[in-house]
Amino acid sequence: MSVSRFWREIPSRYNLSGGKCTGCNLINFPRRERCKDCGVSDFEASKLSGLGKILTYTKIHAAAEGFEHETPYYLAIIELEEGPRLTAQIVDAHKGEVSIGAEVESCFRKISEDGKAGAISYGYKFRPRK
Amino acid sequence: MSQEVAIIGIGMTKFGELWNRSFRQLFVEAGAEALEDAGIKSTEIGALFGGNMSAGQFIGQEHLASLIMDHSNLTPQPATRVEAACASGGLALRTAYMSIKSGMHDVVIAAGAEKMTDVLPSRTTGALATAADQEWEAGFGATFPGLYAMIARRHMHEFGTTEEQLASVSVKNHYNGSKNPKAQFQNEITIESVLSSPMVADPIKLFDCSPVSDGAAALVLASAEKAKELCENPVWIAGSGQASDTLSLHSRKSLTTLNATVEAGRQAYKQAGITSKDIGAAEVHDCFTIAELCAIEDLGFCEKGDSGKFTEQGETGLKGSVPVNTSGGLKTKGHPVGATGIAQAIEASLQLRGEAGDRQIDDVEYVLTHNVGGSGGTAAVHIFSR
Repeated sequence: MSVSRFWREIPSRYNLSGGKCTGCNLINFPRRERCKDCGVSDFEASKLSGLGKILTYTKIHAAAEGFEHETPYYLAIIELEEGPRLTAQIVDAHKGEVSIGAEVESCFRKISEDGKAGAISYGYKFRPRK
Repeated sequence: MSQEVAIIGIGMTKFGELWNRSFRQLFVEAGAEALEDAGIKSTEIGALFGGNMSAGQFIGQEHLASLIMDHSNLTPQPATRVEAACASGGLALRTAYMSIKSGMHDVVIAAGAEKMTDVLPSRTTGALATAADQEWEAGFGATFPGLYAMIARRHMHEFGTTEEQLASVSVKNHYNGSKNPKAQFQNEITIESVLSSPMVADPIKLFDCSPVSDGAAALVLASAEKAKELCENPVWIAGSGQASDTLSLHSRKSLTTLNATVEAGRQAYKQAGITSKDIGAAEVHDCFTIAELCAIEDLGFCEKGDSGKFTEQGETGLKGSVPVNTSGGLKTKGHPVGATGIAQAIEASLQLRGEAGDRQIDDVEYVLTHNVGGSGGTAAVHIFSR
């Protein structure tokens, strides 16, 4: 991913920063131009807690490009306490800790790198809540 | 009153890893076969609508409209490329259908083609992953099998669906594919061989996945007036539906229902004036075994959550109450992504014309086709009749 394309979304990627719709109070994450529910385009910044639970998950053995060295890795859809859902890797998990309904928290990690000399992308992964 | 539309010619290459065949050779072969089947000359074609997901990534070639018309000797007629990931073919069919329905054209070609094996497997996986949200799914490590695996895991959690039931979809489709001379795989397999195949994205195993394929397929569509003049065995398009949903899987209210399928199906049933009970056979989008289970629920062939049992009991087999993927489906016929939606309509035509050979369903009146883009961001449903 190009540096500028990544850089534009850094508030969401680094800080789980979403937008609370001033029309219907829905928290949109990642930010979008118009509220997912009511279409209003005015938002207040809203930092998410990073606490949530696993709705579903998989253990990926055949990796996506750029993730080959991490296989096998857990990927999950997580519902955050504030409502939004997202897709992220689950890390630091022991056997049996990744299951539907398991409580997780976000952590700041390296996500990928653009080749050996390219920019490193950081962002959120999730781990079991202790 | 707009005109009814019929399929008057069909053509399709064999699907598979066709290293000795180029993209150009494939679409010309399928198109020529369709014109020959229709018994018309290329000068009678008013326009072409072609489905292709990603020639730019697979063979580094865009501007397919010109390429196809050039090598098919169809210039200066207009051509339009249609793209909606793996639903590109289904949308090309619908766009071609609308071009006749609107009165703009009398005879057109709806085609689809994909050449996927000229790049390394990791590039193919990456190219297919562009059908997902690049920034918020693929960028965090999601693959396509991974997304469908998460649907499967949730389906198992909510409804008790088992890995054996997922495998039974693959076993059934391999049996059907063994009777299809154009299928990529023409061998039967067992539940055990699916369960012991390498894990791709738990619980999805290699034999739960459709393959990477090359291939092309083409249909000649005509207005009712032209069809009656040119063709003795037209296949009518009784209903056409299309719908959209969020690009990313995680944004959907339900992770086990594809709303785009439900809505496209509703439109197609309504237009055809029938219900799911009237469908005699269906070609559904089984890119992974779980996708077929969701599809037969979302299209109303069984209750939500019952698809595993329904399949295990043989209801979707060739002798079942609603045979599904008589062609072998994407799993065994092959899945050259842009061609799939058109190839499904070809199987529907063969069934309705009584030309499906060893996999022929008796007295079939309506056949449904269901084509999905991505993890369900786009769906197209068509219903065909004699």
